[in-house]
Formats: sequence, structure tokens, C-alpha cells
Amino acid sequence: MELVVIGLNHKTASIEIRERLAFPEDRLDEALSHVRSLPSIKENMILSTCNRVEIFAAARETERAFLDLKNFLAQFHNLSLREFEKALYFHTGEAAVRHIFRVASSLDSMVVGEPQILGQIKEAYDIATHTKTSGLIIHRLLHRAFHVAKRVRTETKIANSAVSVSSVAVDLARKIFETLEKKTVLLIGAGEMCELAAQHLVSGGVEKVLVTNRTYERAVSLAQKFNGEPIPFDEVNLGLRRTDIVISATHSPQYVLWHDQVARIIKERRQRPIFFIDIADPRDIDPKINDIENVYLYNIDHLQKIANDNVRDREKEAKKAEAIVSDEVVKFVSWYRSLDVTPTIVALRKKFEEIRKKELEKTLALHPDLSDEEKKSLEALTSAIINKILHEPVTLLKKTNGDRTADLYLDAIQALFQLSETQPEKLEEEISKEMSNPNGSL
Amino acid sequence: MDILFFKFASLLYLLGTLAYLIYIVYLKEALSRWAVAMIAVGFASHTLALVARYVEAGYPPVTNLYESLSFFAWMIIGVLLIANLKYKIKVLGAFLTPIGLILMLFALALPKEIIPLAPVLKSFWHPFHVIFAFLGNASFSLAFCCGIMYLIQEHQLKTKKVGAITQRLPSLKILDDLNYQSLTFGFPLLTLGVITGAIWAEYAWGRYWGWDPKETWSLITWFLYAALLHQRLTVGWRGRKAAIMAIVGFLAVLFTFLGVNLVLPGLHTYSTWWK
Repeated sequence: MELVVIGLNHKTASIEIRERLAFPEDRLDEALSHVRSLPSIKENMILSTCNRVEIFAAARETERAFLDLKNFLAQFHNLSLREFEKALYFHTGEAAVRHIFRVASSLDSMVVGEPQILGQIKEAYDIATHTKTSGLIIHRLLHRAFHVAKRVRTETKIANSAVSVSSVAVDLARKIFETLEKKTVLLIGAGEMCELAAQHLVSGGVEKVLVTNRTYERAVSLAQKFNGEPIPFDEVNLGLRRTDIVISATHSPQYVLWHDQVARIIKERRQRPIFFIDIADPRDIDPKINDIENVYLYNIDHLQKIANDNVRDREKEAKKAEAIVSDEVVKFVSWYRSLDVTPTIVALRKKFEEIRKKELEKTLALHPDLSDEEKKSLEALTSAIINKILHEPVTLLKKTNGDRTADLYLDAIQALFQLSETQPEKLEEEISKEMSNPNGSL
Repeated sequence: MDILFFKFASLLYLLGTLAYLIYIVYLKEALSRWAVAMIAVGFASHTLALVARYVEAGYPPVTNLYESLSFFAWMIIGVLLIANLKYKIKVLGAFLTPIGLILMLFALALPKEIIPLAPVLKSFWHPFHVIFAFLGNASFSLAFCCGIMYLIQEHQLKTKKVGAITQRLPSLKILDDLNYQSLTFGFPLLTLGVITGAIWAEYAWGRYWGWDPKETWSLITWFLYAALLHQRLTVGWRGRKAAIMAIVGFLAVLFTFLGVNLVLPGLHTYSTWWK
């Protein structure tokens, strides 16, 4: 059995292709069941977001699985393979594990460190669990992936800083006001830019939105969206007296707010601070107001520069995260390889047990006059002998598990005891019992 | 016995300071918890030192420079521990603990023998005067640290140097609030300290006020803080101006406490370092 990943993401495929290959949520069950019905696939789950479409699977036969999955993607989405084949990537074994860990830790994201991907993977995993297309391997793999993502989050500063202009603005506001709750924002200009910026602040906790615009009607309609309050443009000072944050994005060729005006208003406000954000080009706000006490002025370039600096910091942290991922991949792969050892151990035990039962029956047939207690003693004695004999070879096998020597031992044992080819399906239950044995697991 | 406890407390404050400094660099939460734990144990040991000395000497141990420094440091660490419970500002300790530590180290270098009490100090009012004055001063030390942090943070935000420093310091709002709160707590105590001092002076020297350098400088300090409080309440001074005033005020406190003793001759020199 081999772990495989097939997929495409924002680096390999255009948005058009990604959109066409995405799985709609209401058809995900159907897709998962379909993949499971492929003879080459044992377990699978599907991750479908706007930046990536991936199938994680435990395959019975790698080459066959890749072929089947490719064809499945084409067939399910009514596309010809040629349209998207170049965008696909394939990973098996260790590379597949690494890929999944990197995706979960947001190292493979468009914005490295963005937190949404982990939630999306969790959701995809839940759906696969519900549809019962995931099994022992996917289960273990995903739990490991969540653990890796958590380690990356706590041990590196990858998600510490804001990397978008609006989240930088929110962070700055928090450094000035501590919290955005009960704060008021004044929008000067009713365009899309203002609306976007305001949305971020409102979801950050801002309570009241005031809107002013040269065309009053547009101020009214934007104010309505935020349940806010429109203010006539020539009464902007009234808004300035009441607000904590100002976002300005008009098309005015000259300044809309001047130094002396703001200085006077700060005095009237008894020095309560104001955070000005100027996202207009050309600028709306006289840059000199930054010299006024308790006034903080940032323009779009300042915010962008901070965001860029933070992106660079994240890239540095990403290197640390890669080391964590490598560390965890090694651990997982060693567990995963133990799956090779386990069926042999199970088969070996089974063989011994069969011999014991057969011989015991013979003996008991020869001595029909034995009491129940004596029979029980014989049962216990024979079981004990087998366990004692098996103890050391089993311990050794589990220890070498993952080494190259494991293969040597496995071959030897299978030849020496004439173990038949193990059938994973039938043995599944016993295997998972063996896996949960503390000597054998991670 | 008291000296041993005192030294142990100094050691723990030193370790606490180091833990805080490493915390500031690496932001490992465990370190800040260790720092608080060490400082708390240090504070307990320090408390034992004060009690032991009280028992041994038979009067409140606030009569010479060693004792005063120790008492002041004890109050500062106490204020820090209280502030830690109330506010979740971990970096505060990184500023306040070193102040306590420096006072401790200074005290360690001074003669520590228990000597017979000078007659002027044998007064009902003297311990009250000292406790009020130092508790007030300890809360001013908190305002001082907030002032420094505020100026740094404000400078970073004004100049758009938003990075490691901004991330580590609390928001301007919190710093300004804490500055104001320590002022409203410290100012009445300082006032009580000056009043009980005047009453004690009446008993000791037969006059309430004599323009002795210590008295003059306390009055200057008192006026500085009174001005700050007044400006805050009337014209809404806050932020930068309040931060600068809190820093200036605390420098005046330090000069009143140490500078006058060491530099200017006067009645309070019973607590000079050479005695």
C-alpha cells in the first residue's frame, strides 16, 4: 500500500482551471464514494478550495492509482485530460506526507502562514470521515498533519504579523486604541476602497460608521450598508469630532483635511487621539498633521511597506517551519513503514496459534478423562510457550521497523515459516489491534 | 538573619530581571511566567527580611539609607506584582524589576548594622510618613515606566517603524490609562506623606515646615504631580505630555530621595550613607 497525492494549486494552474476542477460541496460525497469504488484506491479524501484541488489517497497500486485518479478528475468534471494534465502534480510515499504536512502548515499557501487552510483541511477530513472513505492511514496522517500545523503555529512566528494592508491597519488601530470595540470610523469618500477598508474594521469590532461624500446620496447609500450615519460633506468637522479612525479615499485633486483644521479639532476633543488612514492618490490628508500630538497618519504606501516587511519576516519563519515539517515527516514515515512489518507479525502469530490448537486437540483426544481444570492448564501452558517464543522476534521486528534490515527479516521469516501471502482486507482488524499495541506505535 | 533574606531576595530579583530580558527578546511565554514566579518568591523573602529586621530592632526598619532603599524596592516590587495581577502587560516587569534591582544592589553596598535609633526618629508619625511617601513613590515608578514605554511606542508609531518593538510594547491607550491610574493612586499618598512629615517635624523640631532641602524638594515633586493631575483633568492632557511629566516627576522623586541625601546638607541627613 502506498500513500499518494494528486492535485493542482495556485502555482501550477490558472484560476480558470482551478475553478473548473473544484468540487462543489454538495457533490463531495458523491466524488469521495466514486474514488473509493476505484479498485486501485483503498482510502481517500478530497481537499477543494479556491487555491487548490487535491486528492489524498492510500493506493493499492501507485501507477494504477494515478491513472485512475486522473481519469476520475476528467470524467467527474466533464473535461478532457489534456486540458489540465500539465497542471497536475503527483506525490507518493514520503513526498506525499511532506506535501500534506506543508499544506496543512500553510507553507504551500499563496500567502504563507494564512490560517484558513487548516480549517479547510479539517472540514475536508470530516466529510471523508462521514462518507467513510477515510481509514486507518488517512486518519493517522491527518491527525499528524494537524499536530504539525499546531507545532508550526506555536514554535514559529509565521502567523504573527499582518500581511495585508487592511489587517496592518487593524493592527495599528489596536496598538493605538487597544481595542476597536465601541470605536467610530469616519469614511471620507464613498467609493469601493473606503467600503473595503471599513468592512475590515467593522469585522474587527468597530461599532459606528460615519460616511461623508461630496455627493450626499452616495454617502447615504454606503452608510446604509453599515447601518451607519451619513454626514454632509461641508460638515466633516462634526464627524471628526466624534470619530476615532478616519479613512479617506476621495478623488479630490487637493487635500481634503488640513493641518490647522485637525489641530483645532484635536484640541476640541480634549486630545482624544485620531488614527488617519489616507488611501487616496493623490493624497487627501495634509501629511503635516502627523506632527500634531495624538494624531497618527498612515497613507497607503506606509501600510503597504509594513505589510511587505511582514511578508519577508514570514518567509524567514517559513524556513524554521520547514525543519519542523521534515522532522515530523521522518516520524510519520517510520510509523507508516511499520504497516509493512505488522501484517507479517500478525500472520506469524496466526500460524503459531493454528499449530497450537491442532496439537492441543490431538492431545486432548488421546486423554478424554482429563478434568476441566487440567484442560485449562494445558491451554495456558501452550499459549505461554508460544508467547515466550514469539516475544523476542516480534520485539526485534518492531524495532527494526523502517530500517532496511526489516526487509531482510521479513523475507527470512516468511520463507522459514512458509507464511502465505497476507490478505490485508481480512487482517485489517488484527492489524489495527497490533498497531495499538504500545510497542508498535509511534 | 534579615541580611540573608535580603541577599536571597536580591538574587531572585536579578534572576527575574534576566528572565524578563530574555523574554523580551524571544517572547517565550514560559519565561515571563518564570520571571513572575522568581520575583514573587523574592518578594516573599524580602518581606521576611523586613519583618526579621523589625523584630530584631524593635522599630519599623525605615531609619537609614540601607533600610529606606530596601523598603522602597520592596514597595516597587509589590506594586509590580499587583499591576501584574490586574493588567496583562508582561513587559511591565522588564522595566520595573531592574529599578527594584538597582535599589537593592545600591543598598547591598551600604552599612547594614542596626544602630540605636536617633531621638528625632523615635516618633509615632515617622513610620507613617515613610510608608505613605514610599508607597506613593512606588506608584510613581510605575507611572515612570509607563511614560518611557509610551514615548518609545509613540515614536515607533509616529515614524512608521512598526516592527519588533511595537509588537512587544502595549497599546498607547493602556499605557496612558495605567499612567493616569498610578498617578491618582500615588498623588494622595504623596500628599499624606508630606502632611504626616510636617506633623512629625512639629514633634521633632518644633516646626511644621522649615525649608530644609528635603522638604523643599518634596514640595517641588508634589507641585509637579499636582500640575500633571490638574492638566489632565482640565485640558485633557494625555499621551506624550503626560508621559514626559511622569518621567520628570519620578526623576524629582529620585532626587528628593537620594540626591538630597547625598548632595545637599540638611536635617534629613541622618540617613546619609556614611552613617
